[in-house]
Amino acid sequence: MKQYLPDENGYWRDFGGRFVPETLMGALAELDKAYLSAKDDSEFQKRLNYYLMEYVGRPTPLTFARRLTERAGGAKIYLKREDLCHTGAHKINNTIGQVLLAHQMGKRRIIAETGAGQHGVATATACALLGLECSVYMGSKDIERQKMNVFRMELLGARVIPVDSGSKTLKDAINEAVRDWVTNVENTYYCIGSVVGPHPYPMMVRDFQSIIGREVREQIIEKEGRLPDILVACVGGGSNAMGLFCPFLNEDVRMVGIEGEGLGLFTGKHSATLSQGSIGVLHGAMSYLLQDKNGQILPTYSIAPGLDYPGVGPEHAYLKDTRRVEYTTATDDEALQAFKLLSEKEGIIPALESAHAVSYALKLAQETSKEHLLIVNLSGRGDKDLEIVEEIV
Amino acid sequence: MRIDEKFDLLKKKGEVALIVYLTAGFPTLKESMHNVYLLSKNGADLIEVGVPFSDPTADGPTIQHASRVALKKNTCLKNILVELEKIKVDTPLILMSYFNPLLSYGKEKLFRDIKRSGVSGIIIPDLPVEEAREWIKVSNSSGIDPILLVSPTSTNQRIRLIAEYSRGFIYCVSTTGTTGMRDELPIGLLDFIQNIKSMTDKPVAVGFGISTPDHVRLLRDEADGVIVGSRIIEAIEKKEDLREIVRGLKEATKTSRK
Repeated sequence: MKQYLPDENGYWRDFGGRFVPETLMGALAELDKAYLSAKDDSEFQKRLNYYLMEYVGRPTPLTFARRLTERAGGAKIYLKREDLCHTGAHKINNTIGQVLLAHQMGKRRIIAETGAGQHGVATATACALLGLECSVYMGSKDIERQKMNVFRMELLGARVIPVDSGSKTLKDAINEAVRDWVTNVENTYYCIGSVVGPHPYPMMVRDFQSIIGREVREQIIEKEGRLPDILVACVGGGSNAMGLFCPFLNEDVRMVGIEGEGLGLFTGKHSATLSQGSIGVLHGAMSYLLQDKNGQILPTYSIAPGLDYPGVGPEHAYLKDTRRVEYTTATDDEALQAFKLLSEKEGIIPALESAHAVSYALKLAQETSKEHLLIVNLSGRGDKDLEIVEEIV
Repeated sequence: MRIDEKFDLLKKKGEVALIVYLTAGFPTLKESMHNVYLLSKNGADLIEVGVPFSDPTADGPTIQHASRVALKKNTCLKNILVELEKIKVDTPLILMSYFNPLLSYGKEKLFRDIKRSGVSGIIIPDLPVEEAREWIKVSNSSGIDPILLVSPTSTNQRIRLIAEYSRGFIYCVSTTGTTGMRDELPIGLLDFIQNIKSMTDKPVAVGFGISTPDHVRLLRDEADGVIVGSRIIEAIEKKEDLREIVRGLKEATKTSRK
């Protein structure tokens, strides 16, 4: 059986690694060691499972989308309901895991970056739960767009630190979080929100998120008596997609990752890193990037703040190059249509990020016959996006 | 002149090497090249020429600003190397760049063009020794010194490994954190330098937070070199007299060692 584990240096073939200043190398080695021992520690896993069940609300349902399926007229569509997680998105699966680990490592100060605010809220929540100090870096442009999440984080006792450098969005929030970490590395734990960053983050975040795919596996077998045919998830950094895909990588299951096409690939205003990018190093890992011919990182755009990032997790880069997973795109408009359709047909308002996956899943369902089973990861709920959508509609 | 020859020469004179940093393309490529010349004529022993990058995570506000300005002026590695080739200075030049612009340029072509430009060494702050193996190999075979960094969080085992691969000198990062001016030197810095020197015979130069002649005087009995960056950028930004600043720093490096 093929092993989808990185090598000891954190490489999936050519992708991954640790491209960080020397100052952080010790902290990464310490984290790697702590994580590997927690992974095999039944006490740690017990605590993690306790919080996932009693606090996050797992397992989340796998809902059959009857009216959506009828509308598409092809494959049966199921929705994995990560929107029903506490705080409204899959992000908390990871932050509970990492903050528990940080707590066990004796770190008392947690830092995180956030784009739309979902990972920031999830980190602040886990810190409130475990009584740890929390600072969240957020681009000042995102703070302006996502005022409610800023308020939520502050209510949860976190300090939100505005980032005014660069494009004032997620990429720059990560830069500033890295600068904080490099300065306070002795007592600070950096809780990364996606399957990006230097080794062991991409592997660790994937493992924490793979609870999604493990539940899906059990649920679909219970409901349909067999594995699904197609899995669909949106890809920004790629954590919800890795979480869904990971337990199926060795199975005969088709997988599709959907990136943000923004206003269209030809306009340059998109965030389709795997579809349009080239190989490079950003934020500590070798992966695909949106960059210019001189290796400078390009500005990105998507209506969904969680997809608006010029990099992508290194394991996705590997899965793309080995063609194990297909990657394609959905535009802002397509996502908005799916956003409305899912609201009207199923009574579920999805996050704009997840709406990209829903949009493409509808296309796929139309192309496949009724015997097929298609599962979409509904990674988050749309409450956070109501203002954005209201402005457009 | 080779970097190690420069250190040998200074040692014989009882001086510590003054290494200054500036960002190429700040405020313009032409002015930065003129500043390389000025620095070289007024006391800089080695000069680090920084390649601007869009996401400089190891830099504080001063160098971030300089990078942003340089990129707005469309400064790129290719043009920097072309301009460096035209400069005639005796001071060894060192290219400092984040990894991605170098990766994008291409390894083989990069070292060929660096060699042609007359640059003697290269520093890549986000390429730790484990990831650097192939680059170190090509760098060495091109006659360019790969200069590696050690940090206060490096274990002795790592310091030995880094010292083994680093050529020209070893870049000692004075403190955990980003580049930028600080009032005081970090506590324990002198012990840290001594610890590195107990493991290697290669020269050790100290950077991050070094900005005044007083800092230099405090370090000159332990370090073989001092690196001043943000202070230089600030002086350029504020249109201060660079010659005066670099002379003041150089004067502070002169001592007869005990």
